[in-house]
Amino acid sequence: MKIVAKKPELCDGCGICEETCAQAWFKEKDKEKSAIRIMDNPNGDFNIVVCDHCGECVDVCPVEAIKTAKSGIVTIKDSDCVECYSCVGFCPKGAMFKHPEEPVPFKCTSCGKCVKECPTGAIYMEEV
Amino acid sequence: MSEDQARKVIQTFKYEPKRLERGYSDRTLYVNLSDNTVKAKTISEETKDVFIGGRGYGLYYLWQAVTGVTKWNDPENEIIISCGPIAGITQYPGTGKSIVVTLSPTTGTVIDSNVGGYFGPFMKFSGWDALEVQGKAERDVVVYIDGDKGVVTIEEVPLGDLNTHVLAERLTDYYSESENDKKNISVVSTGTGADNSLMGMLNFSFYDRKRKAVRIKQAGRGGIGSVFRDKNIAAFVIKFSNVNGDLNNPADKKRINDTGIKMHKEVASMDPKQNNMRKRGTTMLTPIANDNDLLPVCNFKFGTHPDAVKITKWEDKFCHTGSDGCWYGCTVGCAKVVFGFELRTGPYKGQKVLVDGPEYETIGAVGSNVGVFDRDHILECNFYCDTYGIDTISFGTGAAFIMECYENGILNKDITGGLELNFGNREAVMELLHQIAGGEGFGKIAGQGIRKMKKIFVEQYGANSRFLEDIGMEAKGLEYSEYISKESLAQQAGYGMANKGAQHDEAWLIFMDTVLKQIPTFEDKAEALHFFPMFRTWFGLVGLCKLPWNDVVPANNADTDEPQKVPEHVENYLNLYNGVTGKEATIDDILFESEAVYNFQRVFNLKMGVGKREHDSIPYRSVGPVTVEEYESRQERYDDQLKDLIGVDPSGKSTEEKIKVVREYREKQYEILVDTVYKRRGWTDQGIPTLDTLKRLRVDFPDVVGLVKKHL
Repeated sequence: MKIVAKKPELCDGCGICEETCAQAWFKEKDKEKSAIRIMDNPNGDFNIVVCDHCGECVDVCPVEAIKTAKSGIVTIKDSDCVECYSCVGFCPKGAMFKHPEEPVPFKCTSCGKCVKECPTGAIYMEEV
Repeated sequence: MSEDQARKVIQTFKYEPKRLERGYSDRTLYVNLSDNTVKAKTISEETKDVFIGGRGYGLYYLWQAVTGVTKWNDPENEIIISCGPIAGITQYPGTGKSIVVTLSPTTGTVIDSNVGGYFGPFMKFSGWDALEVQGKAERDVVVYIDGDKGVVTIEEVPLGDLNTHVLAERLTDYYSESENDKKNISVVSTGTGADNSLMGMLNFSFYDRKRKAVRIKQAGRGGIGSVFRDKNIAAFVIKFSNVNGDLNNPADKKRINDTGIKMHKEVASMDPKQNNMRKRGTTMLTPIANDNDLLPVCNFKFGTHPDAVKITKWEDKFCHTGSDGCWYGCTVGCAKVVFGFELRTGPYKGQKVLVDGPEYETIGAVGSNVGVFDRDHILECNFYCDTYGIDTISFGTGAAFIMECYENGILNKDITGGLELNFGNREAVMELLHQIAGGEGFGKIAGQGIRKMKKIFVEQYGANSRFLEDIGMEAKGLEYSEYISKESLAQQAGYGMANKGAQHDEAWLIFMDTVLKQIPTFEDKAEALHFFPMFRTWFGLVGLCKLPWNDVVPANNADTDEPQKVPEHVENYLNLYNGVTGKEATIDDILFESEAVYNFQRVFNLKMGVGKREHDSIPYRSVGPVTVEEYESRQERYDDQLKDLIGVDPSGKSTEEKIKVVREYREKQYEILVDTVYKRRGWTDQGIPTLDTLKRLRVDFPDVVGLVKKHL
């Protein structure tokens, strides 16, 4: 499968990936609705938070709303979610997100749109 | 004949499913099985204000239904199930609890028992804050609530085997339309043990999608299942589809969401370093109990045993999926399960079954307390207790009592019908259980519970009454749960003063008292015996499980002013309560709410003839060493206490003489503590709430005051 991989040392914190993701999935530019997040580090560089499809959320979900597809990509079926947010709390990468306006959590689906827009090559698609 | 042809609907009640407002529907569902009345009752603002929900509602409705002479098997007795306003939120661990209230067959007064599973939340989402069932059906019936369509029916359906592992699965299949629909069904049922004993319990089911299996949790204590079967109820079944996180229609959902996510993060990071409940469930307590002389061994004689290491580890037995909550959002997930266990005895011998558990209490009750240190025995006994609908605690503690009587010659093979009930005889334990469930042989006596057995053994077999009072581990007629309290005076009172009888869910103070030594004086203990029962009562008013409160704690909890109260979690609970209801309650407010209900329950006990000081007495086995064997097993400790605490030189004294001195001292300590607690609670020296206390707590209703005045 191909996942969004990262080279944080190339990131300049422009946030285009976040805007692209929020626009793609929620038709908004609110970065809090992005499934990839750029976090400021105290030393001035950046941390890129994005799902690596480890499957921890699949285990903790009580209703099988989160599944690993045959491709290996982990996705959420919104209609099965009971909004318990166990997955948000248990994601070891902090890459499962909850927005006050959205009842169902969201995460990267490896669509690749953010990668195409990244001006520095800090994120890229990688076969794993 | 197909099942649909055999299904006979004898009453249908249609209603408008109602959206909850801030955690409440403000109505309850009343069912009378004698005349098949089904109706809705409105809950007034005044009632809601004082009784809150859950146990409070159960007590309120039961109070209206019964008089001081009503017996458990009178048709007037009710079974009430209620959760409370927080129950059913999906965002925080331990938020799906129901409280079941009825008059107990073994205590004669109110019993309340909390239980997980989906029934309670589904009942709320179907539009009912409580289910109140009175009367007796002529034949076995199912009460079915279809919360999707707004229909309640009383039905006779072809049932066959009533034991839960068969019936709950059968009814889940029967009322669901597909595999995917099974998650929307919850069944309340029991088994033949509830027909034939007074220690029957209720199983509340939930469908485990990952394992494709019907799972159960138990409202175990006090014989509620026996009341259920006396009313000829085969099952309550509920159906509700489309659960989501907003069905309580809370005042501030973001507050709840944020609190829930914070807690999930804490469980994820801290639980593996602390109790590891997610992997071990409550079995994690077993080694702790054994290491601290708290694990009941051979009818609470001892608190530890070299063979206990054989029953302390369970992780390898459990089937792990990563989500073992008995309600959505419980990441603590203590509801462990063993798959494919092959039964060695009884009517299902040879079958491979799913065992829900074991939990710590069951390990103590049917394992160490009967002197059997064998995991497969514990699983076998756990399974059969569950499917027969028998409380593992009352069964185990009762069996331990019988074994001590047997080993003391009070009972023999002639009386037991050939059962050699020595400690450690696991075959005899299982046979006793099967006999209780079948209402056969010595099981007919054993199934009555310890209080009634004591009377029978004295009257029919010439037993020494005082000895049986000393070793029969019950208080108010309820068998002790599984902790040795000998070295914790506060815990002795926690058991003795509990409204329902000897259960630890009001106060579990052993560690604070004996290990951490945080409550050294009588006043300190009395304060703890005020705060903790009140705080824990509140869980039962609002629909919460106690475990996520203090079985996992924040990383900095030890640095707080009162780590035993887990201040950050108390804050979480206020966020949940206020987030759902729109109140702005403080910790003092919720303690006040609990205190009102708690005192009302104390008066309820008085109404049923058991609410006085004499009823807070406890068996000496829970206070100190009854026998020479017990004293000598901890001789160094007791001799040191004689010297250091009592000021008596043990040298030259016989063990019997030392037992006598220790007993006088310990019994006096207990009475001083009872005095101190009564004073702290605003009760008379006879344990009766004063009129000022009732007025302060706003439970000074005319009939309450009238009743109390007769006893002042």
